[in-house]
Amino acid sequence: MSQPLLSLKGLTKAYPGVIANNEISFDIGEGEVHALLGENGAGKSTLVKMIYGLVKPDSGGMTLRGAPYAPSEPRVARADGIAMVFQHFSLFDALNVAENIALGMENPPALRDLASRIREVSETYGLPLDPFRTVGDLSAGERQRVEIIRCLLQDPKLLIMDEPTSVLTPQEVEILFKTLQQLKAEGTSILYISHKLEEIRTLCDTATILRLGQVVGDCIPRETTARQMAEMMVGSSLKTPERSGRTLGPVALDITGLSVSSPTEFGTALKNLHLIVRVGEILGIGGVAGNGQEELLGVLSGEITTDAGAVKMAGQPIGRMGPTARRQLGVLTAPEERLGHAAAPDMSLTENALLTGVVRERLESHGFLKWGAARGFAERIIQAFDVRTPGPENAARSLSGGNLQKFVIGREVLQDPKVLVVNQPTWGVDAAAAASIRQALLDLAAGGAAVICISQDLDELMEIADNFAALNEGRLSEPRPTEGLSVDEIGLMMGGAHGMEVAHA
Amino acid sequence: MIRLEKRPQPSRAWSMATPLLAVVATMVFGGLLFAALGKNPFVAIQTIFWDPLFGEYSFFYRPQLLVKGAPLVLIAIGLSLGFRAGIWNIGAEGQYIMGALAGAGVGLAFYPLDAWYVFPLMVIAGALGGWAWAMIPGLLKVKFGTNEILVSLMLVYVAELILGSMSTRLLKNPEGYGFPGSRNFNDYPAGNSWIAQDLGMHWGVAAALIAVIFAYVLLNRHMLGFHIRLSGEAPRAARFAGVNPARLILLCLGLAGALAGMAGLFEVAGPAGQINIDFNVGYGFTAIIVAFLGRLNPLGILLAAALMALTYIGGEIAQDNLGLPAAAIQMFQGMLLFFLLALDLLTNYRLRLAVKERT
Repeated sequence: MSQPLLSLKGLTKAYPGVIANNEISFDIGEGEVHALLGENGAGKSTLVKMIYGLVKPDSGGMTLRGAPYAPSEPRVARADGIAMVFQHFSLFDALNVAENIALGMENPPALRDLASRIREVSETYGLPLDPFRTVGDLSAGERQRVEIIRCLLQDPKLLIMDEPTSVLTPQEVEILFKTLQQLKAEGTSILYISHKLEEIRTLCDTATILRLGQVVGDCIPRETTARQMAEMMVGSSLKTPERSGRTLGPVALDITGLSVSSPTEFGTALKNLHLIVRVGEILGIGGVAGNGQEELLGVLSGEITTDAGAVKMAGQPIGRMGPTARRQLGVLTAPEERLGHAAAPDMSLTENALLTGVVRERLESHGFLKWGAARGFAERIIQAFDVRTPGPENAARSLSGGNLQKFVIGREVLQDPKVLVVNQPTWGVDAAAAASIRQALLDLAAGGAAVICISQDLDELMEIADNFAALNEGRLSEPRPTEGLSVDEIGLMMGGAHGMEVAHA
Repeated sequence: MIRLEKRPQPSRAWSMATPLLAVVATMVFGGLLFAALGKNPFVAIQTIFWDPLFGEYSFFYRPQLLVKGAPLVLIAIGLSLGFRAGIWNIGAEGQYIMGALAGAGVGLAFYPLDAWYVFPLMVIAGALGGWAWAMIPGLLKVKFGTNEILVSLMLVYVAELILGSMSTRLLKNPEGYGFPGSRNFNDYPAGNSWIAQDLGMHWGVAAALIAVIFAYVLLNRHMLGFHIRLSGEAPRAARFAGVNPARLILLCLGLAGALAGMAGLFEVAGPAGQINIDFNVGYGFTAIIVAFLGRLNPLGILLAAALMALTYIGGEIAQDNLGLPAAAIQMFQGMLLFFLLALDLLTNYRLRLAVKERT
């Protein structure tokens, strides 16, 4: 390749207290799939926002096919052929696919013409999509397709994708990869951001690795092992969680025939759910988010109460108990949403330690709070889980997502749970911290606790879980031992590709 | 260009400094307003802020400060607990009236019995009256999800109508020559809230101080206070922590109602003296301002109530002595709230002179 498509030269962007990007330079070639790797907080988002015109660099510049490129806003970036698929979709549930796409266009054609173009593009790239379906009825994978097609209609030279596979089943990932390879073959460059190193190894031609806002290396993913890449990201060697042979004890918690509607409007109802977890077991529950994960956690935490007998702990009915009574018994939970659910954003870490720790850590007597003890508990969490913060008096929202996640998981793990339920325990956490959280879960199980781990990260579940079940539209599949389970089988348990397997046939 | 930038966490220093800054800004702009009305701004400000405390006639005004401040503190403390939890009871005025009616009703029923237990029973009845009135929006919200802002506000007008009916019918003084209004509690020692009338001391002042201490301990040391704050800041986290939202709503509204009701009773049994058509003068609404001016913090509320009482009394002096229109005084008080809320932004954000962006 003589001239790169996009060339970044010394891009720097500072925010108060942190240099998000420091002198970032690299090239993206024509028709190249370029991976951008880095832990959370490494500066990936800031960098792509600069490329997409959402953020202006403090210094440095970019050239697009040799010409200076400095988008002042996303519209300009799009006009220059840069398109982006965000991790979080910006679609209106109540509108149909074509209307949603028209909304994002400068001069949208008549809906009928647009619909035929959508069909055309979707067929060309093997992304079947009915332009007249309402977005609210689409699966996460299909919604992502809407975003991708919206980008492809602009005929982009560079497509930026931010964590595109986090919401997809394995089969959907396969479809997506075929599309991306076809785009590449047609000469479109792709900047691909992901945490999933194996994906990057299959898909990407080159990779640039960021750490703490700086480029720390690049590599050819096909010639590098996932472990090597992870170590470049973290800057130190990684410890793989150790899993000692476990023997499963008596039933610690079981759910029988539970059906419950969601407390929220767009939630998913749980339908006739059965679940058993034994002492010493880690039960992995996979599935794409929004299929009842939050509701399942609510049922277990006591935020959603049910018939007394529907949820039993060691035979004792607890379905009607609230969160406090369940904590007393040793059923602890860590919800997915850190800010606002697991933790109160504007409250200090001490107060947040108190939030769930008050019962088991005895942080009150006769209703009066023991602030000293609460602070001590917060400090123990910070210490044991390597939470990076100046001290427990800092507000929860001043912590980075990964650090807060460590705090939230650590808070429950340190309370010596009998049953621990975690939802997305390592979401947004860097590789080293994720490994230590997984190790903590394994240690808990080895120490005689029962652990239910709800996660979208299948690799994680394969690594730590004894049994695997998938949650799909509020239904839980029959659990199966993780040993010997293939990716295809998991995909089918997760509901396959929502009837889209034939797309590339 | 000036930009606002969110602070990583709220600034403690600014949350202390903004009320002071707001007072200063009010003085400056209020002064401009008075100057525009052709009055000497310095004299006007001095009349409002200095004379009631240290002026020639301060012996007369100082007791007035206690009389005006006490109900504001009592009501604002109750409201602040609800506001902290995200429960917007703005009908304290109605709860205040109903408390006064219930308490006065009990007192008048005992008239002219001279027994030590009459006044305590009146206080209890006053608290229950306010509590019961506040339970209406509370139960409606818990059972049917109605909006407590609307219901509690509407009930103020209902309470005013009941007050009118009571002062001309059921509680009317039989020896009052047909004038509306109940017997005067100042003529009934057993049912009287004064401790030392010439100092402005009545049981409401004592109750207000106790309420401040109670609320301070509750919010800072007690599990319930923690749950109140948690519910306001992160309702979902509060549910996760085991808070029962319905119970908390009833508790906060009930406490606020009881305190407002007590404030009404102390007022009717002392400074006001009798139930009458014009008994309520807006303490229940002013207390909302006081609660926010005090940053929903019990000690802050104490200071804020003192400040509001001062502007009330000082404002009256300014009207009498300088001929300032009443509307100007109300604008002055409005400015105070405006500046407070506007400057509050600085607690969570900082101003930054934007460096010119690269073009």
